[in-house]
Amino acid sequence: MGNEEHLPHLPENVAIWCQHLAFRFKDIEVFDDVSFHVHRGEFVALTGKNGAGKSTLLKLIVGLLEPTRGKVLVFGAPPRGRIESIGYVPQHAGFDPAFPIQVEEVVGMGRLSGLSPITKHQKKEEIEWALQQAEVYDLRARPFSALSGGQRRRVLVARALVGHPKLLVLDEPTANMDVESEKKFYETLARIKGTTTILIATHDSDFVSALADTVLCVGQNVDHPHSVHRHAIERAINAPAELYGGDVVRVRHDIELPDNACCEGKE
Amino acid sequence: MSGFLQALLNPAVPFVRNALIGSVLAAFLFGVLGSLVTVRRIAGLAGAISHTVLGGIGLALFLASRGAPKWISPMLGALVFAILAALTISVVSLKAKQREDTVINALWAIGMSLGVVFLAKTPGYADPMSYLFGNILLVTSGDLYLLAALNVIVIVLVARYYRHIEAASFDEEFAATKGVPVTAIYLGILLIIAIAIVLLQTFVGIVMVIAMLTLPAGTAGYFSRNLAGMMMYATILSLVFSVSGLAVSWTFDLPAGAVIVLLSGAVFLAFSMGNMLSKRSRRNANQQMEPKESA
Repeated sequence: MGNEEHLPHLPENVAIWCQHLAFRFKDIEVFDDVSFHVHRGEFVALTGKNGAGKSTLLKLIVGLLEPTRGKVLVFGAPPRGRIESIGYVPQHAGFDPAFPIQVEEVVGMGRLSGLSPITKHQKKEEIEWALQQAEVYDLRARPFSALSGGQRRRVLVARALVGHPKLLVLDEPTANMDVESEKKFYETLARIKGTTTILIATHDSDFVSALADTVLCVGQNVDHPHSVHRHAIERAINAPAELYGGDVVRVRHDIELPDNACCEGKE
Repeated sequence: MSGFLQALLNPAVPFVRNALIGSVLAAFLFGVLGSLVTVRRIAGLAGAISHTVLGGIGLALFLASRGAPKWISPMLGALVFAILAALTISVVSLKAKQREDTVINALWAIGMSLGVVFLAKTPGYADPMSYLFGNILLVTSGDLYLLAALNVIVIVLVARYYRHIEAASFDEEFAATKGVPVTAIYLGILLIIAIAIVLLQTFVGIVMVIAMLTLPAGTAGYFSRNLAGMMMYATILSLVFSVSGLAVSWTFDLPAGAVIVLLSGAVFLAFSMGNMLSKRSRRNANQQMEPKESA
């Protein structure tokens, strides 16, 4: 909190700002000199192979990890100071099926902010809105463990949407999802696109959902493997059907764009 | 059974009434803390904490026999060892997750062995068995006040921070993104469990503490829809097991702690079996349904 006054003054329309970011885990260099920015309302697909560091980058952005060097700012402040602006959908591979909990209660966790108490008023409306957005309202009284994998993912999206976050960060949300759930999932994202900045990690890196405005690739630059680069996208011809629950675009990994491409060379 | 009721009302044997009040107070702790132990899967950890307590008791008794000041009581020794064990395990589990089970088992064995060695070198009669199984009929009114105080603390904390505890136990990573102090909650739970173990083992014994922190909550887990329900049902079950165990042990002149553990264990096993059978029959029913649907 004390060094907040030394933070750079960013333009209003910047949602995520990453400057000379470096991160080491024990002896492993994960990121070195990563700089990029994301605008408010932008839909960003983060691609890269397994183990490239997509999850790590997302954790740095939501404040679960601290950078070794450099800075990550979310709406002009460190992520820990933006708890209520960020909605996060973790990979959440290992949840405990014996944990007794209902869907409504899982979604209700989205209302938490530090140790503040939760008021009754926040309770109903917020949860119901989020349940409806993610199309899981009918499942609200079901035990979380009784749902299919795809339904569970959508419940976690609902949990992240509680409190209308300005930034939604999703870590491979459609892994092992059935086609129907994936379709509904992208419909949800299409509804909130524009009003919410969306950053979604996906390992299938040749195509991304056509909702994407920007593609960031982790660890695909030969000269600079521990970094993140902006790649071009183009209309996909002969794209595989039933991918990303709708239209897709092809990622041109051979065309690297400068970080200010989105600002028409300015900034 | 009528003998037990008469003993309860007989002012000449206040220890029976104290045992009953102790059981009621203990039931809340077993229900609430036991549910947390169960959903967070830290039963092994609670087991290790409670067994290291024997080392603390042994050391305190040994020191007292060598002329140590009076304030070095078995309760203090137990408390110091329990908190040290809780802190050691939490540091290991937070810093180096892969060695957690090794450390838990090492503490378990070392703590208990220390206790046995100290008790062997303490002159006079000190039987490790009495600490393992305790004697619920030896509960004093001082113990009851301490238990009541811990009950109030636990109930207030859980009522105020229920949602935070639930989130930190279900999905620590997500809770952390919401600014919930997950490490502090984990340490707080361990510390309170350590203190509860020390207070409870004085009259129910180490083995019964472990049993009652896991069996009623484990049984409640089979039919509870959420953590609050699990806490409530586990409390009711603890109460039923303790009181009925007490009555049975009084009537048939059996050791109370062991009877209560056996009752809780039998009901838990019955529920586990029932759950397994009902799952199997549901699976079979589904398999029989499918061909009809496709036809």
